[in-house]
Amino acid sequence: MSPSSLVQIRQTLADPGLQAAIYSSTGRLVEKRRQAVVDSDPAEFERWREQAREIKKHTLENLDFYLERLEERLTARGVKVLWAKDGGEVVDFVIRLAREKNARLIVKSKSMTTEEIHLTDRLQEAGLEALETDLGEYIVQLAGQRPSHIVAPALHLTRYQIGDLFHERLGVEREVVPEKQTLIARRTLREKFLAADIGITGANFLVAEAGLVVVVENEGNARLSSSIPRVHIVIAGIEKLIPRTADLAVFLKLLGRSATGQPLTVYTSLLSGPRRPGEIDGPEEVYLILLDNGRTRLLADRAKRQSLYCIRCGACLNHCPVYRKIGGHSYPWVYSGPIGAIITPQFHGVLEEAWLPYASSLCGACAEVCPVKIDIPQILLDLRWESVKAKVRENSSRLERWAFGVWAWVMCHPRIYELASLFSSAITTSEGDGWLKSVPAPFNIGPIRNWLSQRDLPPPPAKTFRQLWRERSGGGPS
Amino acid sequence: MSVRVSLFVTCIVDQLFPKIGLAMADVLERVGCRVDFPEDQTCCGQPAYNSGYRREAAQVARHFLRVFENADYVVVPSGSCTSMITHHYEDLFRKDPEWAERARRLAPRVWEFSQFLLEVLKIDDVGAHLKKVVTYHDSCHALRELKIHDGPRRLLQRVRGLELREMDTAGECCGFGGTFSVKLPEISGAMLQVKLASILRTGAEAVVSVDASCLMQIRGALSRAGVPVQTLHLAEVLASRERN
Repeated sequence: MSPSSLVQIRQTLADPGLQAAIYSSTGRLVEKRRQAVVDSDPAEFERWREQAREIKKHTLENLDFYLERLEERLTARGVKVLWAKDGGEVVDFVIRLAREKNARLIVKSKSMTTEEIHLTDRLQEAGLEALETDLGEYIVQLAGQRPSHIVAPALHLTRYQIGDLFHERLGVEREVVPEKQTLIARRTLREKFLAADIGITGANFLVAEAGLVVVVENEGNARLSSSIPRVHIVIAGIEKLIPRTADLAVFLKLLGRSATGQPLTVYTSLLSGPRRPGEIDGPEEVYLILLDNGRTRLLADRAKRQSLYCIRCGACLNHCPVYRKIGGHSYPWVYSGPIGAIITPQFHGVLEEAWLPYASSLCGACAEVCPVKIDIPQILLDLRWESVKAKVRENSSRLERWAFGVWAWVMCHPRIYELASLFSSAITTSEGDGWLKSVPAPFNIGPIRNWLSQRDLPPPPAKTFRQLWRERSGGGPS
Repeated sequence: MSVRVSLFVTCIVDQLFPKIGLAMADVLERVGCRVDFPEDQTCCGQPAYNSGYRREAAQVARHFLRVFENADYVVVPSGSCTSMITHHYEDLFRKDPEWAERARRLAPRVWEFSQFLLEVLKIDDVGAHLKKVVTYHDSCHALRELKIHDGPRRLLQRVRGLELREMDTAGECCGFGGTFSVKLPEISGAMLQVKLASILRTGAEAVVSVDASCLMQIRGALSRAGVPVQTLHLAEVLASRERN
């Protein structure tokens, strides 16, 4: 594990306020989703999931076709469609365009894809003012942090911390009522919307046949970002495609319910291009940047391709007992929780953050709620296998590999297995039923030490099951 | 009825919790099964499989299949090990059609203990008596892979003298996760504390599960905290008789 992740995990676990914030916020989202599923009939919900998965599967298997279709439709309506290999290309383009247009102020709505390429930071480094306008993102930006949750970026902060933050950074009175805090942010942001030269949004869906960019949100900031400034730039991963407008229905039903328990988010914008003659509002220019940034590599892997089905609802985070303890900032990339644990190694290499595929008890709660039924536990298992194969190639983790080799050999030789079990009783220091709080120094190593760091160890029994069974069947003492 | 049952007690029960295996044998015999214990059995291979060591897991899985493939029924005191055999062997042997086929042939005859009682034997009352307030912990693989939820609760409710009190996080992971518990002990321990608090809120005298591994994790924390709450495998509860 990288030292920074380990430090972050330990800090998070040791901070009772943070623990409560993460656990209770995710708990509320879990409960809201549960209620929404009950309200829409669990059997029906299950059919939606099945349908959504099939649509995503079909689309990704025919992605080239749908991408070209989308480009064709949008171009016909005056949208400039660009293709970006990586984040650098996106950043360069936006900076170039801003200079060309003499733009100073850029307003941004919430987008994980732009977080993925650190767009806001890069733009600011280039001397532009790039402002997050989603309330949670705005808070996180003010705090100089990164989002800790895919849907609720400031989930790790309490309203008291936000009150302090606004006081320090905006010079307003300390305010702890969330509604009033929202008003403070709103006042600041309104002026920015009106003054902005460029608006940047992501896209939740791209509809190929109709040529639509679909953005869902609750605050109206994405609608303002996409309609007030003269220039609107959409930045979207190539996996956001769905074939037809009719397919949108099932995804909208699933996304709101899975993310926040809403039957539908407050705003659903279907954007088709720049302002047309006679229209009174809307941007004069619209750009769509289709980002690869490693996605085509995932696409090539048949078994793990389903990782790209993700619609970024955050349900797997909310239901993950690991995420609920360590929070989003403990994960090395912007994508946290179970989805982060499977896509980070696929984007960045399986040995880059080798602990990630192992950061799961394989409890399966994520797969149970995923709206597009990504088999996250199976992908974690596959990644662990790849991780071991990489270790073999690099000849690293030799002790662990040797241990599993010996273990397997013993397990295939029942007589040796039985002999080996005799040794384990040597660890016992106390007689009777008491569990061990410690073991003698020579045994207090590796897995045993790690086990004992958290809980007591069962004492090996005087006799194994097979010994007792022989006595039982042989008429021995029972 | 004389169903022939081969016990796969799992390595953890064999090595650490033999009483669970004996209790399971007692219950199965009480309801009329002929029980045997194939002595060459060891482990299902899950620890290696879950750690990414597929080659080693496959060696152990082949050993398991050789030992058990002629059994009428294999009954297992673990949802997790059952699921390894019935759900994951096929994946483990995805590039080995011969062994995949052998695994597929055995899978329908491998049963988790509570499911075997309810679905094969169609018994929900084994005549057990236990005067205790208990709470039931859903182990993840039993719950999500084998879809075991109501069954163990129904069996518990038929136990005379027993009161079942649900905890608010029954379906949440206890943090064991096999090698996860020692690879990332701090996270595992933090998850365990959530479970522990939830158990204590019920006021139950014992936690019941169908997996000895979860119980080892939970009991370890109860012992560390010095809390006098017991852990019992479902088989131990069902094996209890009135003593008077």
